[in-house]
Amino acid sequence: MSEYDIVIIGGGPAGLTAGLYTARARLKTLLLEKIAPGGQAALAWTIENYPGFPEGIGGPELMERTRKQAEKYGLEIKSGEVVKVSASSEDERSKRKIEKVVNTKEEEYKSVALIVATGTRPRKLEVPGEERLIGRGVSYCATCDGPLFKNRKVVVVGGGDAAVEEALFLSKFAEKVTLIHRRDELRASKIIEERAVSNSKLEFLWKSVVTEILGETEVEGVKVRNLETGKDLTLEAKGIFVSIGAIPNTGFLKGVVEMDEEGFIITDENMETSVKGIYACGDVRKKLLRQVVTACGEGATAGFAAGQYVGKWEDKTKR
Amino acid sequence: METVLNDGNFEEEVLNSEMPVLVDFWAEWCTPCLMVAPAIEEISRKYAGRLKVGKLNVDENPLISAKYGIQSIPTFVIFKNGKVLGQTAGAMPKEALEAKIGEILDE
Ligand SMILES: Cc1cc2nc3c(=O)[nH]c(=O)nc-3n(C[C@H](O)[C@H](O)[C@H](O)COP(=O)(O)OP(=O)(O)OC[C@H]3O[C@@H](n4cnc5c(N)ncnc54)[C@H](O)[C@@H]3O)c2cc1C
Repeated sequence: MSEYDIVIIGGGPAGLTAGLYTARARLKTLLLEKIAPGGQAALAWTIENYPGFPEGIGGPELMERTRKQAEKYGLEIKSGEVVKVSASSEDERSKRKIEKVVNTKEEEYKSVALIVATGTRPRKLEVPGEERLIGRGVSYCATCDGPLFKNRKVVVVGGGDAAVEEALFLSKFAEKVTLIHRRDELRASKIIEERAVSNSKLEFLWKSVVTEILGETEVEGVKVRNLETGKDLTLEAKGIFVSIGAIPNTGFLKGVVEMDEEGFIITDENMETSVKGIYACGDVRKKLLRQVVTACGEGATAGFAAGQYVGKWEDKTKR
Repeated sequence: METVLNDGNFEEEVLNSEMPVLVDFWAEWCTPCLMVAPAIEEISRKYAGRLKVGKLNVDENPLISAKYGIQSIPTFVIFKNGKVLGQTAGAMPKEALEAKIGEILDE
């Protein structure tokens, strides 16, 4: 079993920035990442709202640079999916330094402090046909699968920034993009909405929800219900891109730290959770704005705060 | 080492292969494909002699991609004796992919 000052779970912008700060503070830090460093930010085609890049920067490039920067200062990155976390209750008198135990399927790690930066995963529509047709026309990532739908008709479900960005990206390839949204207006930022409205390949179906995805072995269309009139219509499409929000990756933390009803982790302003020495940062937190820039800012705070916590324990054990 | 597959050699390299074959359907613009590429390479080395690992670029090989209905990448398909034994779309942890490979090799 390996022991660290700090273990970080998740290698998106929040986790990598936390690691950059703790590594520079010369704290022995391990970052565990389930798939590959970069996180959801690596799926963004271009990021136009991260300061310092007036021309925008590709998500993969920004994350590759962030990873290099953190590793340059000594951050250790390992691949592994964390399935369990346990924290023994803090006992100031026993002067025990090791407090947190993290398990992947194969290994166990101990650390003084823990930083959770596991982000979110896309929410599913939960309508008939969806599960069966995942990878067969149902997708949760336009930048991953969009180019496979050249000259096809596609549908995007959702009305936030992410959904509209996906629709705009798809319009580069697809014959036609229909955006289906349950409200009668977008929730996207103004600049993105302006682009959407002036895009000739984009059509909108307002006040509508998808009730079924049609097709046996591949997507052939969707059934849509108009919420105002109650009428159903069938829309022909080869691709359905779902962008209706996110679910936090916090299953492995149930019962360990405090969360809201949806499973987002509640922290104080120093990113500390309900358990001392466990911090959370990035999209996995209960908060207002889920973006790269906020993930990085919170990662820095979590890294710094975790460092202070580790320092406190070291003082105690040395005394 | 991974085998580079294409519309032309697919039958010989995959369908007629004596060993089971893991095929990674990918494309250059697909970030998740690039993210899992190192893991796929590791798997090809780890299972050398027991499992053939092939990569098929979907942009350059539309026939095979259409035949197997590839509409999301990366998609991993495992073949044994010319038959599809498992198909899964999306980047996934290396251990999860290995678990699927294990099931098929153990049969
Ligand atoms: C298509 C798309 C476009 C976007 N465009 C923009 C944009 O233009 N500008 C912007 O600011 N934001 C954008 N975003 C949002 C941005 O990507 C997120 O806000 C940001 O990535 C959050 O960072 P994070 O580090 O909190 O989480 P993530 O980036 O989600 O990273 C979490 C990491 O944790 C790993 N993980 C999860 N569970 C475990 C586990 N149990 N064990 C180990 N590892 C685990 C995951 O594999 C992942 O790598 C976009 C998102 C998407 C999907």
